[in-house]
Amino acid sequence: MNMNKEAYLIENLEKAEKVPTRDGYGKGLVDAGEKDERVVVLCADLAESTRSHWFKEKFPNRYIELGVAEQNMATVASGLANYGKIPFISSYAVFSPGRNNEQIRTTVSLSKLPVKICGAHAGVSVGPDGATHQALEDIALMRVQPNMTVLVPCDAIEARKATFAAAFCDGPVYIRFGREKSPVFTTNKTPFEIGKAIILRDPSINSGRAADVTIVGCGMLLYNALVAAEELSKEGIEAEVINSHTVKPLDTETILNSVKKTKAIVTVEEHQIMAGFGSAVAETLSQHFPVPQEFIGVRDCFGESGEPDELIEALGMGVKDIKAAALKAIKRKK
Amino acid sequence: MANKIRQSIIEMLVAAGSGHTAGPLGMADVFTALYFHILKHDPKNPDWPERDRLILSNGHICPVRYAAMAHAGYFPVEELKTLRKFGSRLQGHPERIALPGVETTSGPLGSGLGEAAGIAYGAKMDGKKFRVYCAMSDAEHQTGNLWESAMFAGNNKLNNLTGIIDRNNIQINGFTENVMPLEPLKEKYEAFNWHVLEVDGHNIEEFVDAVEEAKAIYEKPTMIIAHTIPGKGIPEIEFDYSWHGIPPKPEEGEKFLKELRTLGGKIKSEHE
Repeated sequence: MNMNKEAYLIENLEKAEKVPTRDGYGKGLVDAGEKDERVVVLCADLAESTRSHWFKEKFPNRYIELGVAEQNMATVASGLANYGKIPFISSYAVFSPGRNNEQIRTTVSLSKLPVKICGAHAGVSVGPDGATHQALEDIALMRVQPNMTVLVPCDAIEARKATFAAAFCDGPVYIRFGREKSPVFTTNKTPFEIGKAIILRDPSINSGRAADVTIVGCGMLLYNALVAAEELSKEGIEAEVINSHTVKPLDTETILNSVKKTKAIVTVEEHQIMAGFGSAVAETLSQHFPVPQEFIGVRDCFGESGEPDELIEALGMGVKDIKAAALKAIKRKK
Repeated sequence: MANKIRQSIIEMLVAAGSGHTAGPLGMADVFTALYFHILKHDPKNPDWPERDRLILSNGHICPVRYAAMAHAGYFPVEELKTLRKFGSRLQGHPERIALPGVETTSGPLGSGLGEAAGIAYGAKMDGKKFRVYCAMSDAEHQTGNLWESAMFAGNNKLNNLTGIIDRNNIQINGFTENVMPLEPLKEKYEAFNWHVLEVDGHNIEEFVDAVEEAKAIYEKPTMIIAHTIPGKGIPEIEFDYSWHGIPPKPEEGEKFLKELRTLGGKIKSEHE
């Protein structure tokens, strides 16, 4: 194991407990609500599945039910923020920021109002619900809006921290969550600061030699990235793994510092590779330090019903795919 | 004052060379009533927390709001001529971060009532006494977002919220009842648990009375359907939907200003 001590990850990856990131959202909302009474939570008929019902139980007077009306949820939240509240709006990502994208653009981003948009059930790991409910374009939709901060937490603990941080960050924020239970590999001690990527695995700490490739990702697939890095290590290939939980503003410094050493990179996201996180990395690298880049993500297709792990494998986002991408990026050097 | 505001609208649209004419002229009396008789506001302190909020949902009629704000003392009347120009605070569609006092950014239709309802909801949570007004077009009632907001405001009994519909019957493609009928508007709002009043949108006294009545309704938000004549004040523009989205040409502007200054030839203008 070549984990970065300063990331305070769990000791044994294989023994990671599994909890959905949306649970972290529910807890983070309560944390934020306890700290500041301006925090209000809006819900579009999905209280339990977004976990906003935990906030409702604790602060019933600050929980606002909208019914199945995501466009109105965005505009009412804009009004509440305009007045002085800190509104969180929760729904599935396909509906918010999917269905209400224009309302978010005009009444939140352009208006520079601190509405926190929380997209649950993102990615194919939604599973059996099928393609209608598997948001694969939400990062793209949100990161192209000026003034918007975009957060993609990697596990339930980080999701809790991200939710709390979003409440007290100026301006609009989009946070992405998953439905399925996923391994919790960070700990309460793992640092979290919006805009500051975390080096999870750094082989140079023990061996002194630079890694052969950088793997940078966001969201739950980072667990797969760490597993892939451990397996590669046994085959003599070393990978530096970076958690870029903030997709926007991207921590270009941490990513550039890494690729200047490794000269090859793999980006990992449970999202379309077009206009998503990998694209954000490519935009930076092509301007400042072009290196071979391989993309792990969905390749211009929709998902379908199935078990989460099965879909991740079928769409090319499994451990073996990350390993293959790393080897390919290394091979393309020079 | 409504006449002065109409003159300013013509002047600013001619200077801009683009923009909407019929709607702003039609709402000049309502905006005069709002800025000079109804709103509790302080033009020198546009962020005063206890101010009444006026949300303009159909942002494209912003020339009437800008003109009313300038004449009320928010900014110099001279600045109106910067409408739609590069670097201006008077954006083609209004932006809250550009000009203090406009409250919200609007233009895309159907969103203002939700924003107004959000402000009204927040104010009620905190026991604030200010009132929220939301001016809307009639045709934006073809959007779904607006009816979601109407349902929300009715359900939450937002009696501190008063909506105003500019019922001028026109939209870009023609008359509303030909493009996509809106009637019966009054009954629709009543079914959504609103108190509904219908007034002549050019009778300031009648409109002010309706706003006063709304303050006395405790169980519901109130919607005032203001029947207006698009292009009111300029006979060549009145009732003509083709004037919805175009400005007067300079020579037309001169003629229209003369009509306004002389009240249609009834009096002598001081400009002559």
